[in-house]
Amino acid sequence: MTLYEKSVAGRSAFSFGFEEDLAGVEERVPEYAQAPMKQLPQVSELDLVRHFTSLASKNYGVDTGFYPLGSCTMKYNPKINERMAADPRLTGRHPLDSAADNQGILQMEFELKESLQEITGMDDFTLQPACGAHGELTGMLIIHAYMQDHDPKRTKVLIPDSAHGTNPASATMAGFQTVTIPSNERGSVDMDALDKLMDDTVAGIMLTNPNTVGLFEENSTQIAELVHARGGLLYYDGANLNALMGLVRPGDLGFDVVHLNLHKTFSTPHGGGGPGAAPVGVKKFLADYLPTPVVVYRDGAYVLDSDRPHTIGRMSAFYGNTAVLARAYVYIQMMGRDGLLAASHAAVINANYVKALLSPYYPPAYDRPVMHETVLSAKGYDKYGVTLLDIAKRLMDYGFHPPTIYFPHFPPYAEEVMMVEPTESESKETMDAFCDALIKISREAKENPELLLSAPHNTVVTRVNETYAARHLVTSHRDKQGT
Amino acid sequence: MKIQEDARYAKSDEWARAEGGVATVGVSDYAQQKLGDVVFVGEISVGATVKAGEILTSVESVKAASDIYSPVSGKVVAVNHEVIAKPELINADPYGAGWLAKIELSAPEELNTLMSAPDYAEYRKE
Repeated sequence: MTLYEKSVAGRSAFSFGFEEDLAGVEERVPEYAQAPMKQLPQVSELDLVRHFTSLASKNYGVDTGFYPLGSCTMKYNPKINERMAADPRLTGRHPLDSAADNQGILQMEFELKESLQEITGMDDFTLQPACGAHGELTGMLIIHAYMQDHDPKRTKVLIPDSAHGTNPASATMAGFQTVTIPSNERGSVDMDALDKLMDDTVAGIMLTNPNTVGLFEENSTQIAELVHARGGLLYYDGANLNALMGLVRPGDLGFDVVHLNLHKTFSTPHGGGGPGAAPVGVKKFLADYLPTPVVVYRDGAYVLDSDRPHTIGRMSAFYGNTAVLARAYVYIQMMGRDGLLAASHAAVINANYVKALLSPYYPPAYDRPVMHETVLSAKGYDKYGVTLLDIAKRLMDYGFHPPTIYFPHFPPYAEEVMMVEPTESESKETMDAFCDALIKISREAKENPELLLSAPHNTVVTRVNETYAARHLVTSHRDKQGT
Repeated sequence: MKIQEDARYAKSDEWARAEGGVATVGVSDYAQQKLGDVVFVGEISVGATVKAGEILTSVESVKAASDIYSPVSGKVVAVNHEVIAKPELINADPYGAGWLAKIELSAPEELNTLMSAPDYAEYRKE
């Protein structure tokens, strides 16, 4: 029931204390300004509190339970991040205050940049981009501007078929044509295909490592050598850097531009539409192309440097999503070098642990050790009349958020695969319980498939008709009333 | 899996049926089964030129969004607006009412590089 449906005319959650002065207000306020006010639900304070408390109790998040949504990295967001980001010394600052008055924020941003440079092996960073795809766009605009200056005939970008859909979209938005490189049977870039495609019309390649199927791109060094030798640049999609912190640096692998998802690897909140943050790092020869201003330390003070003659321009207002950057800064400071390394180790061990427990029931897509996430197959369950979707729905009855299903795409279709990413935050007990549930469901599929087909049973909303919902979109309570 | 005998097929599961220099194209029955319930078909522009193997449009099903590649090269001369309004036609009748576009062939010999119906049946044998 929406708040609108609970509305009772004349009921109110507040009193101005000067209601008698409002007599005749309807004549003084134009009709168009009154209309939106009249549409607001009229409820008491208690109705309002109960409404939102009830919604909150129906929600499921990382703080509620296990959330192994592969590729999304739903790791725990430490509460100290929130506490520090809510500090009035941060939230009380205004971005139009002078740099001299905002030294604290600028120092934090500068030190965050330095940490990210150290973690990735890059030379300079912008903190402006506000989400992963925005970071990709920033990086690709930098490569585009560089190629316009140096080799404008390079108008294509190579992207592996296993990439996130955002990669081709970002490259296209930046003005490139995209060309797909097939994967080989080991889930890595097909080197022969790359050799054929990498000519003097190609500006570069966008790679995710570990790649989108959770495998370390084993040809990374050879790819870098080949692409560089033929005049292209290398873009690193940092969506999966949480597997590599302190182990491998993209800068050392030869990448020229990287973006990082602070809302994944660096424990800032993720999901619910943001806000996110995706700093973009570059090697020295591209530093002039970064969005301005860039925070630098000069003559004993932190200043905003706008003297970047080749800049691609601003990518967001002011300093980017400062409160998100603050959370990542706190996380990095708290974890330290050893802590970040331990986090990556744990992320990799956890994914391989889950893979080992589930392999007999849901065989892995590739028979090799994985990094921070694993792709498992539900092929063969169709003989019991159940699909992966039914397995995922049944998992909700056991109190778990289902993993990502029908992704990654093994072109051209979404096969019966699920992608599990436990993240480093989870204990052995939690992963055991999750795997037990999936193993039980495997048995249920054979013995009592109806249990899966009608799942979920224990949730607030049971099985929804997704096809009907997608074909008959209702996006507002007004639409609902209209139908 | 249904196969249309007089169509030719791309490895990416689109079909083309040529008649007098114009090919009608769509996705195969195998493709619609794999996609599941199709809920959206992207716009296709009449007059656009496409090359074989390049993206013609995209479709969305309850499982995923997938690119549809043109099996032939040429100019788009007609678009099935009905399938854009009613995407379920792809599931109901992939070789008939679910057709996507008609393309005036710029390289008719390309049809020979596509698979015949028996070859495609073999290629997609489960």
